[in-house]
This record gives sequence, C-alpha cells and structure tokens, in this order.
Amino acid sequence: MSLENVGITVLWMFLYGYVIVASIDFGAGFFSYYSFITGREHLVNGVIERYLSPMWEVTNVFLIFFMVGLIGFYPDTAYYYGTALLVPGSIALVLLALRGSFYAFSHYAKSSALYRFLYGATGLFIPASLATVLTISEGGFIDENNGKVTLALDRLLSNPYSWAVVLVAVTSVLYISASFLAYYAKKARDPAAAETLRRFALATALPTIFASLLVFFTLRTHNPGHFERMLDIYPLFLGSFGCFLVAFALQVTRKSYGWAFVWVMLQFLFALFGYGASHLPYLLEPYIKVHDSITSPQMGLALVIGLIAGLCLLIPSLVLLMKLFLFNTKYASGKLSEEP
Amino acid sequence: MNLDQTMLARILTMMTLSFHIIFATLGVGMPLVISIAEFLGIRRGDDHYLQMAKRWSKGYTVTVAVGVVTGTCIGLQLSLLWPTFMKLGGDAIALPLFLETFAFFFEAIFLGIYLYSWNRFSNPWIHWALGIPVLVGSSLSAFFIMTVNAFMNAPQGFKLQDGKIVDVQPILAMFNPATPTKAGHMILSAWATTAFVLACLAAYRMLKGNKQEYVKKALRLTMVLSLVFSSGTALYGDLAGKYLAKHQPEKLAAAEWHFDTGTQASLVLGGVLNEQTHEISYGVKIPYLLSFLATGSPTGEVKGLNEVAKDLQPPLFVHYLFDAMAGIGSYMVLVPLLYFLWTRKRGREVPKGLMRLIVWGGPLAMLAIQLGWVFSEVGRQPWILVGYLKTGASATTSAHVGSMVILFGLLYVFLGVAASRVLLRMFRNNPIPADVDQGREPHVA
Ligand code: HDD
Ligand code: HEM
Ligand code: HEM
Repeated sequence: MSLENVGITVLWMFLYGYVIVASIDFGAGFFSYYSFITGREHLVNGVIERYLSPMWEVTNVFLIFFMVGLIGFYPDTAYYYGTALLVPGSIALVLLALRGSFYAFSHYAKSSALYRFLYGATGLFIPASLATVLTISEGGFIDENNGKVTLALDRLLSNPYSWAVVLVAVTSVLYISASFLAYYAKKARDPAAAETLRRFALATALPTIFASLLVFFTLRTHNPGHFERMLDIYPLFLGSFGCFLVAFALQVTRKSYGWAFVWVMLQFLFALFGYGASHLPYLLEPYIKVHDSITSPQMGLALVIGLIAGLCLLIPSLVLLMKLFLFNTKYASGKLSEEP
Repeated sequence: MNLDQTMLARILTMMTLSFHIIFATLGVGMPLVISIAEFLGIRRGDDHYLQMAKRWSKGYTVTVAVGVVTGTCIGLQLSLLWPTFMKLGGDAIALPLFLETFAFFFEAIFLGIYLYSWNRFSNPWIHWALGIPVLVGSSLSAFFIMTVNAFMNAPQGFKLQDGKIVDVQPILAMFNPATPTKAGHMILSAWATTAFVLACLAAYRMLKGNKQEYVKKALRLTMVLSLVFSSGTALYGDLAGKYLAKHQPEKLAAAEWHFDTGTQASLVLGGVLNEQTHEISYGVKIPYLLSFLATGSPTGEVKGLNEVAKDLQPPLFVHYLFDAMAGIGSYMVLVPLLYFLWTRKRGREVPKGLMRLIVWGGPLAMLAIQLGWVFSEVGRQPWILVGYLKTGASATTSAHVGSMVILFGLLYVFLGVAASRVLLRMFRNNPIPADVDQGREPHVA
C-alpha cells in the first residue's frame, strides 16, 4: 500500500475508535442529565460513572491522536483547516474543556444543576460541531482569495446537508451510547438500568437510520461527485444496514445486549469506512488531495515505524484496561470501591 | 504595542501555555513523587507513606484533568493560530508530536488503571508497578514536546527550497543541539517544582499547628526531593546557559545585557539599562563570571549583542526574567539546605521562619517555571523557527483572534477558579487523621 493510503487508513481507524468511545461518553452525559430531570437518576448514574471515570482521558487522546496524525501525514491540512476553523474549532475546544473538567470536579464538588446541564448539553453540541468538520471537508464552504483562506459560515449554516450531518451525529451518539450502556448495565447486574437504557437504544435506532438516509439525499445535491463514488461501493452501506437490523432484532427481543453492541459497532464500521473510502482522494475538496499533500517519504517512514512501535505498546495496555474495568463484573457492579 | 493578528495570536498562545504549564509541571512531577512515596510505604511497611501516595494522587486527579483539557487546547491552537508554522514545521517535526500522543495514550491508560485499583491486588507491588508506566509516559511526553520546542530554537535535519521543506531527517530534527538541555532542565525543574509545592502544603499544615507524624514525614520526604531536584535543575540550567552561548548567543547576550563581544565578560545582576548608551546602573557586576558560565573558562569569549542586526535582537527586558528565575533557583537549593542543617540534631523543632520560607517556595517555584518560559520564548524573538521563519510571518490571517483571546481567557478563569476551589476544599475537608486511620488498623510507627 502506498504511504498516503497507509496514513489515511490508520487515521480513519483512530477516528472510528474515537467515534465509538466518544459516543459512549457523550451520550452518557445526555442520558445522565435526562434521567436527572426526570427523577430516574438512581437508575443509570452509577453505571455511567463507573464506566466513564477511568475511560475519559483515553477517549480524549483518540481525538488528539487523530488530529496530530492528520497534520503529521498531511501537513497542508494544518494550513487550510487551521486558518478556516479558528472560530468553530475554538468553540468546540471550549466545550470539550468544560466537559473534561466535569470529571475532575464533579467527583469532589457537589454537582449543581447548571453543571449537570452543561454536561448533558455539551454531550450533544460537541459531536455536532465536530461532525461539521466532515461537512466542511466536502467543499463549498472554504474560500481562498489571494492566499487568504476563509470559512463561509453563512453558507454552512443555511445548507441542508450540513444540518443532516448534525442530525446524524447526534442520533448516532445517542444510539451507540445507549446500546453500549444497556450491555454494561446488564453486565453490572442492574436490570432496571439495563431496561431503561435498552428503551433509549430502541428509541434512537430508527431516527439514526432516518438521519443517515437524509445525509445520502442531501449529499446528492451538495456534492454529486462524492455521491456517485458512494454508489460505486454501495455494498458497504447495505452491509451497514444489515448489521443494524441484526442489532435491532437482538435488542427488541432482549436476546443479547453484548452481541447487539458488537453489531452496532460493525454497522458504524461499514458506514464510516464507506464514507471515508468514497471521500478519497480528497481531504478537503477541492484544495487537498491525499497524494499531493502527503508528507515527505522520510517523515512518512518515521511516522509509520513510530506507529507500529506505539501500537505494540498500546494494544496490550488497552486490553488490560478493559479487562480490569469493562469486563470485570465485580467492578462494573460497584462491588469494588477503588477510589484513591 | 501593536495589536495585530500576530500580537493577538502570541497573547493567546502565551495565555494557553502559561496556564497549561502549571498543570503540565505537576503532571510530570506528581507521578514520580507519588511513586516514590508508595515505594517507601511498601518497602518500610509504613502506612504514612502509603497515605501520602493516596492523598497526593487524589489531588492529582484534579490537576491532571485540567492538564489534559488545556493540553488539548494548545495542541489544536498550534494549528489554529500558527497554520503557516505548522505546515512548514510539521514537515520536519511531526514525528515527536506523533510520538507524544502515544506517550499520552500510554500514560492515560495506566493512569486510569492506577487511580482506580488501589485495593485490587493482594500484592501491593503490583499496584506500585502500575504507576511506572504513568511515570514513563508523562516524562516521555514532556521529552517529546521539548524536542519540538528545541527544534524551534535550533532547527536542523532539513533543507529549505523555495519555501518548502525537503530532505527531511526526522531523527536529526528531533535530536537537535537544544534538545538535551531543554528537556533535561525542563523535566528536572518540573520535578523540583512539584516537590516544593508538596513541601509547601506540609509546611503550611505545620504552621497551622499540626504536629502529626504524618506531616513531619511528608515534609522531610519532600524536602529531600526538593534538594536533589533543585540542585539538578540549577546544574542543568548552567548547561542550558552553555548551550545558549554556543548556539543562540543573541538570547544569552540579551539576558545578560552583554553588548560587546569580549573575553573576561562579567555577569550583571539586576540593574537598570539605558537603552541608548547601553550603560547599566545599580546592577551588581561580577567580573569573569559570565565568561566562566558561558564557556567554562574565566577568559572565554562571549558574543555580544552588537554583532546581531538590530531587527534580529530579542527584547532586552528578558534580563530580569532570567535573573529572577536564577534567583529563585538558588532559593530552592538554599532553603532545603537550611532545613537539613537545622534538623541534623534530632528532635529539634523547625522554626516558624524557616517554615514560612518553605511555604513561599511552592508559589515561587511555579513562578520560576513561568519566568523561564517567557524568557526562553521571548528571547527567541523575532523568530518562531530560528533562522528560517519569523513569528510575524506565521500567524493566522483570520480576523477573529481577538474574540478568541476573550473566549479562552474566560475559560481559563473558570477552570482556574473551579480547580482551586475543588483543591482547597479537598485540602481543608480532609484533615489527616480521618484519612490515615480510615478503615485501617492503627499503625505503630
Ligand atoms: C523551577 C523552575 C526553574 C528554575 C529554578 C530555574 N529554571 Fe531555568 N528554565 C526553567 C525553569 C527553571 C524552564 C521553565 O524549565 C525553562 C524555560 C524553557 C526551558 O527549556 O526551560 C528554563 C530555561 C532556562 C534557560 C534558557 C534555555 C533556552 O532557552 O534554551 C536557561 C539558560 C536557564 N533556564 C538557566 C537557569 C539557571 C542558570 C538557573 C539557576 C538556578 C535556572 N535556570 C533555574
Ligand atoms: C506547545 C506545547 C504543548 C502542547 C502542544 C501540549 C499538548 C498537550 C496535550 C494535547 C495534552 C493532553 C493529553 C491527554 O489528553 O492526555 C497535554 C497534557 C500534558 N502536557 Fe502538554 N503540551 C505542551 C506543552 C507541555 C510541556 C512543555 C510539558 C512538559 C513539561 C507538557 C506536559 C504535559 C503533561 C505531563 C500532560 C498530561 C496531563 C497531565 O499529566 O497533567 N506539556 N499536553
Ligand atoms: C509549555 C511551555 C511553554 C510555555 C509556557 C511557552 C510560552 C510561550 C510564550 C510566553 C510565548 C509568547 C512569546 C511572546 O509573546 O513573545 C510563546 C510563543 C510561542 N510558543 Fe512557546 N512556550 C512553551 C512551550 C512551547 C512549545 C513546546 C512549543 C512548540 C511546540 C511552543 C510554541 C510556541 C509558538 C508557536 C509560539 C508563538 C510564536 C512566538 O511568539 O514565539 N511553545 N510560548
């Protein structure tokens, strides 16, 4: 495989990782707030907290990794996206920062209603604003005049496609999160929480599919080229839909929440890679293509070697983390009190 | 001051970094200090040290979170505010930035494990061992980011052709002449500062009349560490000065108000400069010392600022920053020395005055970190990539930097206030006995 393809494949894998783990986190924020205002807090909060506390920093690093890797492999992206995204990027950063601080402060401070609201709201706003970067990458929103790069915010905000993407981001986050947390609650032997979360999952499943269809149709007018390339690889999207059906069936019949979540993960794997593959060769239409902007071969080689060495270290550590917290029934059910 | 895009971008960068570095410093130092305390606790079977490790890691969970969110800010802001620099520099320096994220990853994973598994293992050494990757990860990430900063000061390992970077040698770019002193001095100063901040807390409790064995042990341990690490910091600072003399003489000359190249150069402490005549009044002049510090010989030649074109000279106020940093550095060595001289005789109470000096050491050490950074970064001006790219040519062209300065300013105020309140509450609401005796058999030391 050529360097530019290695680079984008690796980055896309990390983006996929981020989409899954961050969705769980973001959605959990929303559910936590929702159950707080509907007075069902006791049902889900324990589960959510035990999962999230050891995980959130790891989640954050996925995002940083994606960004640093993108700039490393394709330095031109720093220039275009960096210049164009100052304002939206900064706003997303502030939201991320507020949210991150929640984990640190809520444990030790009595969490106020305002803080809980922020925590829930950022869980929806952050994915929406991050997804907008994908919208922008489709082209039509960044102008370059006399070497000056600007973002046409008015066009972005009045475009149906960009709202469809926001919708799909929010619904997917809730759907992924609820599917996972239902499994985790079951694992934690908390049937009441599992049932509540299962209902959340079912309630968000169809909206997610509906929003995805909306994205397809609006992309057709916004970027016909990309739409054509998507049609070329339609089996991927059909596969994604198939996985969805299996997951949905498992959740409706209460068969196995664990397997249901695996199918949900596959659903998004197919969808995200289908989207990414058809997006190529562009990283930003029409300015950045993967093979023009790829870094020098020497740096590329160094990055790939660094990547392999890094993964050898990371994968066993991640497995250990999951074993200790995710798949440990005693921990999940709160029987181990592990606070320092 | 001209508030153009570049200036605003510099202000925002400075705000974010100065805020981040407070938490990053603790992020580098805390894992080491915690690990040492836990080691002593297990090794000596002394519960006090184990409690220290636990209490400190509780505070650490708060500072680490702020470190992570502000680090995320600076990581993104580098591209948002300095797109031209990141595009150009990214070609040459992507490797350490990339490796740094791996180090973070590694650190983050094991931090999660370490913090939430205190009582999980029957063999206490297993838990202690889980702290080692945290320590390695945070030191490595500091090392990698310092290679990036070193590269900005002493770029090498590439060629510039028509404004594009070619012939990149990533390893050479990473291990540039500035790397050893930058990374060494920074990491040691982070350890020293952390030790002093913890010493400050223990001394504060003692001043408030707390005479528990736990507090005494905490003070003693942190004083030992402060002495070792501060001495290392000062030694490394000297090496950093020698590096400057060799590779960035203009920075050193600006720091020392040294205008005419010459041998037997003298060191100036403090003073007031007449910018026209270059005459220095009120300062303390120590003959030969600058030559000695810069070259290791009292008659070595030190390059003066007059050899540098006027528009390439760094601002001269950095002199005060340097003096203040070095002054605090001496303080951080002397105070622990005094403490040990005093406590050599067993059972002697540490006098209140000395205790106050220790309390002051915490904030002063943090101040030294800030001073050192501003000195180092402003002393690099007007370059962002010395010899290749000027700061003024690399800032974003976006028209909204000013509002972003305000936005992030508010964010940092909020984070700062919230973090301080949480930490203070933790400190106050957790008097030591409650913690030490909680659910444990009384331990006879
Ligand atoms: C606790 C903090 C602290 C203390 C006590 C000192 N320093 Fe420092 N110094 C730093 C914290 C620091 C720093 C924050 O770590 C810097 C900023 C940039 C860097 O690489 O390290 C730094 C930079 C820095 C530089 C500039 C390096 C460069 O720009 O390449 C020099 C020459 C010194 N220091 C020298 C000293 C000397 C001679 C000290 C005498 C005791 C001293 N420092 C104490
Ligand atoms: C421009 C410079 C810097 C950038 C771009 C940067 C970037 C970052 C990022 C992205 C994080 C969050 C990582 C995570 O999610 O775990 C972070 C945290 C951290 N940074 Fe920085 N950083 C910079 C300067 C420094 C310096 C100079 C040091 C070393 C002294 C440092 C030490 C740390 C540490 C130890 C953490 C982990 C959080 C903690 O333990 O408190 N950083 N930084
Ligand atoms: C974390 C510790 C650091 C601190 C506290 C720090 C501090 C500063 C300060 C005060 C400025 C403003 C200089 C001025 O106004 O003249 C600045 C500028 C800058 N620093 Fe650093 N710095 C740190 C580390 C780094 C590192 C590791 C990098 C590289 C990755 C970096 C990149 C920059 C850039 C791009 C600028 C803007 C250009 C300039 O004004 O020189 N800094 N930094």
